[in-house]
Parts: sequence; C-alpha cells; structure tokens
Amino acid sequence: MTSVSVRGVSLNFGSVEVLKSLDLDVEQGEFIVLLGPSGCGKSTLLNCIAGLLDVSAGQIFINDRNVTWEEPKDRGIGMVFQSYALYPQMTVEGNLSFGLKNAGLPRAEIDKRVARAAEILQIGPLLKRKPSALSGGQRQRVAIGRALVRDVDVFLFDEPLSNLDAKLRSELRVEIKRLHQRLNNTMIYVTHDQIEAMTLADRIAVMRGGLIQQLDTPHTIYSKPVNRYVAGFIGSPGMNFIEGALEAGGSPAFKVGDAAIPVDRYQTVNGGGHSGAATFGIRPEHVAHDEPARNMPFSREVEVEIVEPMGSDTLVWSKIGDQSLSFRVDSERYLNVGDKVLIGFDPARASMFDAKSEDRI
Amino acid sequence: MSSVSHVAAAHMEPMIAAGPSGPRPRRSFSRRNIFIYGTLALVSIYYLLPLYVMIVTSLKGMPEIRLGNIFAPPVEITFEPWVKAWAQACTGLNCEGLSRGFWNSVRITVPSVIISIAIASLNGYALANWKFKGADIFFTILIFGAFIPYQVMLYPIVIILREIGLYGSLSGLVIVHSIFGMPILTLLFRNYFTSLPEELFKAARVDGAGFWGIYFRIMLPMSLPIFVVAMILQVTGIWNDFLFGVVYTKPDVYPMTVQLNNIVNSVQGVKEYNVNMAATLLTGLVPLIVYFVSGKLFVRGIAAGAVKG
Repeated sequence: MTSVSVRGVSLNFGSVEVLKSLDLDVEQGEFIVLLGPSGCGKSTLLNCIAGLLDVSAGQIFINDRNVTWEEPKDRGIGMVFQSYALYPQMTVEGNLSFGLKNAGLPRAEIDKRVARAAEILQIGPLLKRKPSALSGGQRQRVAIGRALVRDVDVFLFDEPLSNLDAKLRSELRVEIKRLHQRLNNTMIYVTHDQIEAMTLADRIAVMRGGLIQQLDTPHTIYSKPVNRYVAGFIGSPGMNFIEGALEAGGSPAFKVGDAAIPVDRYQTVNGGGHSGAATFGIRPEHVAHDEPARNMPFSREVEVEIVEPMGSDTLVWSKIGDQSLSFRVDSERYLNVGDKVLIGFDPARASMFDAKSEDRI
Repeated sequence: MSSVSHVAAAHMEPMIAAGPSGPRPRRSFSRRNIFIYGTLALVSIYYLLPLYVMIVTSLKGMPEIRLGNIFAPPVEITFEPWVKAWAQACTGLNCEGLSRGFWNSVRITVPSVIISIAIASLNGYALANWKFKGADIFFTILIFGAFIPYQVMLYPIVIILREIGLYGSLSGLVIVHSIFGMPILTLLFRNYFTSLPEELFKAARVDGAGFWGIYFRIMLPMSLPIFVVAMILQVTGIWNDFLFGVVYTKPDVYPMTVQLNNIVNSVQGVKEYNVNMAATLLTGLVPLIVYFVSGKLFVRGIAAGAVKG
C-alpha cells in the first residue's frame, strides 16, 4: 500500500522554482531519506507533505487520501524539527500533550499515550522538566515523542540530528532506526548527512535543484549512481573521477594518459558501444594495493604524493596519468611521500559517465 | 619515540622563566579610568542637579525659599507643599489639588495601554507569522503613520470625535491614544515575533493549534520582555502626554499633566515654588516608578525586538 504519494508537485517562491513537478511514492512502513545539499528543495518537499507550505501545482496523497488542501493537523503526520521546536514555557509532559489537548482527546487517553511515548523513548523521569533543563539529545527525544503521541502513520523528520554533536548523533541515529523497526510506520527523513542516509534508509532520494536525481536502495545508490552528481555526493572520502576517452571495439578500454583500463567486464546501462570523452569513477575503497592489486584486471605502479591518516585507515593520494587518484590502505601500512606502490582495481566495480551529459554509461 | 618524551615531560617540574607571567597587572588610577569616570560623574551631576533642587525646594517652607539659597538643603523639613499639591492646590474654580488629575490620568492610561498593546501585538503576530496577501504593503503604510506629524491630524480628529459624539470625553482620548500607539507598537511586536524560531510556529500548527491557540498558548508566554517594553513605552508616553489631553478633553476630565500646567502657570497670588515642585514630582512619579521597577526587562526586550528587522 502506498503511504505517501507526491504527484507532480511544484512549488514556486515568486519566480524561483524550488520544486519542479516532483513525483515520489513511499510504501507503507518504508524509511525514505531525502538527501541533498542545502537549497536542493528537500526540506521544502517535506514541508509540502506536512502541509506547512502550499504547493503551486500537483497533489499529495497520504494513505490514499488527497490531502493537498488539508491542514497539517488533519493529514495524519507527526513532524520532528532540526531545532527541536519544543514549547519553552511548557514542561515535557505539556509539550507531549499539547497536540492531543488541541484535538480534544479525553484526559485518560492523553495520559496513556504520553506514558507510552515516555516509555518508548525513555524520557519518563524528565516529564516534569522544562525544555531548558534538558540536554540536546533529551530535547530531540522529546521532540520525537511529540510526533509519537499523535499516533500517526507517517513521521516526518527535518534534519533532526543536525544540531547534535557527533557522538550523540550516532547514538540517536541508532535509536531512530530502532524506533522504526518497533513502530514500523512510514518515515520520511531529510538530511544532508550521507552517513545518516546510508545507515537509516530503505531507499534514498538524492535531490538536486528541486528534482530527485535517483531514488533507490542505499546499496544501489552507492554502487551504481545514475550520474556523476550522485556519485560525487555519496561516499566519503569521495569517488575518484578520471577524465579520459572510452574506446569501443572488441576489447573496450578507457584511455587516460598512457594507461588503458580494460572495461570489458563493466556492465553498461544499455548494451555498450559507447565511445568518446567520458569520466571514469572509482571509489578509494575499491582500489587495491600491494599483493592483491596484482590479480586485478587493471594494475599499475604509482607514486605516493600525500598521506592522510584517518585512524581506522589511511587515505593515500597519488596520480594516474596526470589526474589525482586516492585510495585507502590499512593504517598499519606505513607509506611515505615519494614511495612507489602497486595499485589495482576491478573496472566492474567502477562507474563511467558520459563527459557531456554526466549520465551513467 | 614520541610517547617516551611525553612520559618524561609529565615528571618534570613546570619551568617558569623570569618575566611576565599570569594575568596582566592593571592600575585602577590610570589616566584612562580617571577620564572615563570623571566624564560620567560630570554628566550625572548635570542631570541629577535639577532633580535635587526640585526635591529640596519641595521640602522647604516659603520663608526659607525666599532666602534664595536654592542649593541649600532644607533647614526645617516640611511635607506641607506635597499635601497641598495633592489635595488643595487650585486650578480655576476647583481646589481639589492634583488628585483629580491623577485619577483622570489613570482612567486614560490604563485602558489605552491595554487596548493598544492587545491590538498591536495581534497585528505584529499576524504580520510575522500569518503572511497574508499585501501584508508587506499594509505594514509599510502602518509604519508610515509613525512619521506623520501629530499637528496635521489634530483638527481632523477633533471633527471625527465630535461626529461620533466622543469629543471632550475620556473614551475619546483613550481611542486617540490607542490609535497613535499602533505604528510603533506593531513594528515592535512584529520584529519580536519574527525573531522567535519559525519551527516553533510550524510545530504548533502540526499539533493542531490555530490562529488564537498559537497566539495565546505559544507566542504570549514567550513574549514577556516585549510586552514589558510596550507597556513602559505606552505608560510613559500616555502619562506624559499633554497635547492630546488638552485638545480632546474638557477641564473636569483633564489628565494630570494638563492640570499640573494649570497649577504651575496660575497667575493669581503668590508663586508657591514648593507646591509647584511637589506637584511636578508627583506627576513624574508614575513613569519614574515604572522605569525603576522594570528597567532590566526593558533593556532585554529592546535588545530582543530591535536586532532583527
């Protein structure tokens, strides 16, 4: 069953087009992450689904009901905001019950729901406190609780972890995932953090300029990005892009400088036969080095230029042709600038993009 | 290698070389300090001296005043002038003192302040959070009202009040004060509400609160400082008003300021400086108390409301 369906939604602020006839179908119980840099329209889309912004064109369905003209409270959604947006003058309990009181629920039902939310989020001891007496993580828990008590099918998260420090962020990330597994309701989650997107999502929608570039599982988005933008946005450290020429024929190869990368094992999007200027993308973690590199379809000796130790592993920068290529080595493998090292990779794990359209080949 | 040297460092005595160490010494009698505090003291004296003269004069009897030593403290303290100013001073025919004007002013100020703040805060809230079509134009026109000189509107308002039958009454003056407070108060409230996080407003909408619900349950409780600012502005402004009071009311409902003027400027008999001083102090007492009681909140509110445009 489709839980949330966005059909041809556009939104203009004056002459600025923020969303351009956007379509999105979210299944019941699915965790969708809207991912993109600031200004790509992801938060705007979420606000449209919530009913906080009126769309300029198109329709929004929630649980197969057309809610395009409905008020936020009537849409069956709960929303969690980046700045928590807790009512500062109310206690935690007051914050949780505010919406329920507005809906005119009986006292007993309100108490029951608040108690349940407090139990799920472990904020029971905080109920009598004011938001100002809570830490950032506790505040965001209360904010989630406020969506929880509404007993709705769809949760909307607007960058809920962006105001927290790194450690809390990873803790709450796990907690949101646990919450989703327990409640199993639809969640739409906006973030610019690709780690959050990869770890949480059933499907990720990568957005740019008011359009969804790719909507797929995290694994597909990571391994088979549809264009160069998505490839560059996902993955940290970022994918290596090598400009060169693709030569079709009996044994197709990607030529860069004096190197020829055999790409006969590469699966093209539609059959093959491409040739001409192209970009070859390979992720640093897919570049092997030393002994394992010898067995790769493509291998080559390169010179180390920069070494960036990151603790868990080390990022090494070198050159192929005259273009930068980074790769990861174990942190115990000590390399110095100027060292020669054998690297290699399997083009089947790479991505190639047309130089002009930047689409996947 | 590096870990070894760390261990060694931890066991060494901290070495402090001769020369500057710790906080930098500061002299309290530097030239800079003398200049700053000297200037401040001079300015304070300049402003406080007239107040001092008024207080001491109001506590003297007339024979002592006639000696002409206006800076000398009273030899014999008397509260007679204060009592006279409050209860016996004459304006024209009635000799009830300032007390009548005081109660008139209270009856003008209290409703004017409440009405103007209630309407202006709603205006500001609507302009900040419920943007309607033409909201910006409406706001511009409203603000423009703050720049029109009062003199231009004086006579037209006389006619309007006469036509609706409120000329010369207290309620007429209350309406005038409420309207004239609108531009600046709306600006104040709109700027303050704009500075509150927008997500709070969104969250309340998701929670099903409407226009009034959000105003009373979310916005109002967060806006104490700006309400205090508005209250101070209005109380002092309306209490100190002379022009509207003298134009739009009749002698039996004159506010305190107008009555003070009539007492001080009465030409018959002896000029009773002590009574005049006491009457003036009595009139200024209300704004003075308001400032002293809420000064801290005032500064906080002004800062909060003024920064964001």
